[in-house]
Amino acid sequence: MKFGVVVFPGSNCDYDCWWAIKKVTGEKVDFIWHKEENIEEFDCIVLPGGFSYGDYLRAGAIARFSPVMRKVKEFAQKGGLVIGICNGFQILLEAGLLPGAMRKNKNLLFICKYTYIKVENNLTPFTKLFKKGEVAKIPIAHFEGNYYVDEKTLSEMKKNNQIIFRYCNKEGKITEDSNPNGSVEAIAGICNKGKNVLGMMPHPERCSEAILGSEDGKLIWESIKISLAKERAERIK
Amino acid sequence: MGEHKDKPGKRAGREDKMKKKLDKIDMELVKAHGLTEEEYEKIKKILKREPNLTELGIFSVMWSEHCSYKSSKPVLKKFPTKGEKIIVGAGEENAGVVDIGDGLACVFKMESHNHPSAIEPFQGAATGVGGIIRDIFTMGARPVALMDSLRFGPLEDPRSRYLLKGVVEGIAFYGNCIGIPTVGGETFFDRSYKANPLVNVLCLGIVKKDKIVKARAEGEGNTVFYVGSSTGRDGLGGASFASRELTDKSHEDRPSVQIGDPFMEKLLLEATLELVETGIVVGMQDMGAAGLTSSSVETASRGGTGIEIDISLVPRREEGMTPYEVMLSESQERMLIIVKKGREKEAEKIFKKWDLHAVPIGKVTGDGMLKVKERNKVVANIPVKALTTDAPVYRRRYKKPEYLNEANQLNLSGIPLPDDFNRIFDKMISSPNIANKSWIFEQYDHMVGTNTILLPGSDSAVVRIKETKKAIALSCDGNGRYCYLDPYEGGKIAVAEAARNVVCVGAKPCAITNCLNFGTPTDPEIFWQFTKCVEGMAEACRVLGTPVTGGNVSFYNENPKGAIDPTPVVGMMGLIEDTDLILTSWFKEKGDIILLLGEGEKTLGGSEYLYHIHHLKKGKPPQINLEKEKNVQDFCLELINEKLIKSAHDLSDGGLAICIFECCILNEEKILGVNIDLKEKEREDILLFGEVQSQIVISCSPENLSIIEKKAREKNVPVKVLGEVIEKDFVIKNNNKTLISRDLKKTYNIWKNALSQKIQILEE
Amino acid sequence: MFNAKIYISLKEGVSDPQGVTIKHALDSLGYKGVKKVKTGKYLQVELEINDKERVKEEIEDMCKKILVNPVIENYTYKIEEIKE
Repeated sequence: MKFGVVVFPGSNCDYDCWWAIKKVTGEKVDFIWHKEENIEEFDCIVLPGGFSYGDYLRAGAIARFSPVMRKVKEFAQKGGLVIGICNGFQILLEAGLLPGAMRKNKNLLFICKYTYIKVENNLTPFTKLFKKGEVAKIPIAHFEGNYYVDEKTLSEMKKNNQIIFRYCNKEGKITEDSNPNGSVEAIAGICNKGKNVLGMMPHPERCSEAILGSEDGKLIWESIKISLAKERAERIK
Repeated sequence: MGEHKDKPGKRAGREDKMKKKLDKIDMELVKAHGLTEEEYEKIKKILKREPNLTELGIFSVMWSEHCSYKSSKPVLKKFPTKGEKIIVGAGEENAGVVDIGDGLACVFKMESHNHPSAIEPFQGAATGVGGIIRDIFTMGARPVALMDSLRFGPLEDPRSRYLLKGVVEGIAFYGNCIGIPTVGGETFFDRSYKANPLVNVLCLGIVKKDKIVKARAEGEGNTVFYVGSSTGRDGLGGASFASRELTDKSHEDRPSVQIGDPFMEKLLLEATLELVETGIVVGMQDMGAAGLTSSSVETASRGGTGIEIDISLVPRREEGMTPYEVMLSESQERMLIIVKKGREKEAEKIFKKWDLHAVPIGKVTGDGMLKVKERNKVVANIPVKALTTDAPVYRRRYKKPEYLNEANQLNLSGIPLPDDFNRIFDKMISSPNIANKSWIFEQYDHMVGTNTILLPGSDSAVVRIKETKKAIALSCDGNGRYCYLDPYEGGKIAVAEAARNVVCVGAKPCAITNCLNFGTPTDPEIFWQFTKCVEGMAEACRVLGTPVTGGNVSFYNENPKGAIDPTPVVGMMGLIEDTDLILTSWFKEKGDIILLLGEGEKTLGGSEYLYHIHHLKKGKPPQINLEKEKNVQDFCLELINEKLIKSAHDLSDGGLAICIFECCILNEEKILGVNIDLKEKEREDILLFGEVQSQIVISCSPENLSIIEKKAREKNVPVKVLGEVIEKDFVIKNNNKTLISRDLKKTYNIWKNALSQKIQILEE
Repeated sequence: MFNAKIYISLKEGVSDPQGVTIKHALDSLGYKGVKKVKTGKYLQVELEINDKERVKEEIEDMCKKILVNPVIENYTYKIEEIKE
């Protein structure tokens, strides 16, 4: 299997993702330049964090028009696995691959710190190794992480179990204090109806090694690896 | 990059003088350029004629304090700059380079951006960050860490709060966007910096030893490339003087502060490093202060060559720019790259991929001249060496300041002994100089790059180097109060503290960079402070084995009411050979033994306690014995390398009580307590909060106590058992009398929220 | 040549913490009667097209496609001729 990490002008966490995925899964990982039009060789696409196009106009607003994104959209529509982290999440929202939009953090400051998130849905290819309700320690680093979606769409998302991660405290309780940026319903990560596209603001690549303070991010890469392996096994059958 | 070349007042005066047409250069114009009559005569002698306006501008900027170091060069010669591991030392290139083994080298440097930040804190700080990052990747190194050392007036002052917010936002804006983690630093508040904030930024990068790029224009005929943003009138402000054809645009009220574009710089960084990989880069320098001028002159000077450029080829973003303006513009995010002749297309291709300008604008020549042309017309022709190595150097006068005798008198009987040390303790931990700084560092992305092992808040930042077992420790330290009271001692301490901080995390101190922030150099008292600080620093560098690899001098940090406290800031780089040996400063387990390494005489002179509680800046700072300091540092490292201790944290601001408190609470997931009974004879406030050098609080398992004591005896390091780590409560007694008894959770919250609460309350 | 002045604001119901903060600042400076502050963006697009109707079409298209996020933003614009 092969992971592809897209690199936009201004992406910063591309190498971090490459390193973490390689270390945790041992699988092939390659970079995909944003102008690339052929992504057939990849089984999972990663849109990394950073400041694509400087976050000018709106975070992700310009990156979503990169040539590669057209292919990523097709890939997603066919059921391919796509994970967008931080700026990657913002790009998926702007591209319409996920519902909602991002606003500035409630306190109007950039926030970089470790947070706790609760795994609300462990039945996705990205979260199957987590227990339902498990609390993961994972860092955030963003200025525009305040997730917004209208009431109607939100209730549909809930019906379809599209809410994957919520900010919580160490004990797993969703409180106002443990929501670092004001996101609606403390939402930290969501997926699409098909459960093959995930967007999350926290950075799993920053907590995939014990030396960095937490290994909880590992489970996401390992979940993806298992899902892809299972898929391949089923295809061979 | 860095400072403006002259005092703020001078700039305003020059503006008025510039706004008129001239046929001839008169002495008023020369003075407005910051040049003296003698310097002007020297210029005429060198050129064997009068300079034209563009040439005058070029001389004025290259002979300015910032570019020529004319006041500081003779004094800076006192620094030791050579060492076994030093590949590039101070003064040779844009940044210093240290060999760290495994075929790798560390490139690092610190710079100040004080004056622009005082005018426009956001952009001033942002462009300061941009500038220092370029100094690192211009040597072919990938920047991996940033640090900042900030000083402001008291938080009660609304302008100081405004500057604090703007500067932190500016550093966050630039560092976060370009994706280089800001891993630590220091922030300090004192009335001395009220009108003159200090913004010093450090950047460190890693490079393969055989891929280091020098800032040299070598090889006659090689092509000179201009890459990056287009050139505008940034940084010229009202002082931009055009030729006869003055337009309204020249006189428009332009801000004298440049605007940074971190996205552009990210592209520039990636494109530059990609270009370096091809091997066609002969030399490279970023365009900092007086961009095109300094980069072309300095690369030619180091290469022993000349350089010829045609400014009509320079991409511009404003119309009607004169040669003077093009040569002196400080537009950001631009580089000068010397490329092997014949390989130009490769360079253009890489820069095109990243959507950047890459224009050949000239060539390296063999005649030792800076020749600037505008199409076919020569608009400036100056011998390169005259602008660099032959620039004037001055031996400024110095004399011991009048204020010192009185300032050094500290009458202890005049300092009332507090009766409630709990109250004093709470006050100390809420002092903005001691309280938790997460309000600041949570605005910085300190984790991008996934190399940050120790997060902000520790003694030093630690950044690992992937694919090796190594890590780099970094610490920024300075103490203006100590230097005000005794610049020589203060200079020694600045280096010693920084070294001690990296030792406490398990690193061997290797080398330093520095930012020397002082008042006006032509004031003999200020120059005495400068000279003594440098002498002290040099002495400490020699004894501790940490040569100076480069740095920056910022003069003129003063206003009509006076100068800042003399504030040399040291950026220390240390090497950790094995990341398994990294040590943290907080206590680990209940039952661990707490020990104090080293001994010295505590004093209240220049202490945070004296300033914050008694509002005095008097006395003499703690004296330091450098041999003893080295001994304690070496011993501590030995204990760490042999895995005999579980934590190490040195005594500094706030003294013993604050040091022990920090060991208890720095790991917020596991706060532990102490119940210590000191058996000392000192005055109680000196015992608790007096400051001292060469002492480190360590903790160990009970079973390692005797071996540590034995080794300490062998190495002649004094060691004393202070007490034991307990589960909760924070109790410090002396001879059975309880001095401090606090609930740890409560005091932790006071310490954690003091800074953000103070800012919030003051804003309402 | 035409100049399009585009005003982009947040939709009703989308929280505007910047606007709230600015209102508080005005309150604390003593300005009475400030009911609400809304923040937004201003873009100016100069086009070298001579047909005002075409300009309008282009600007509408740009706003819908990229300049405005329809999930959280509204927009209005003015088109003015630039006289040489």
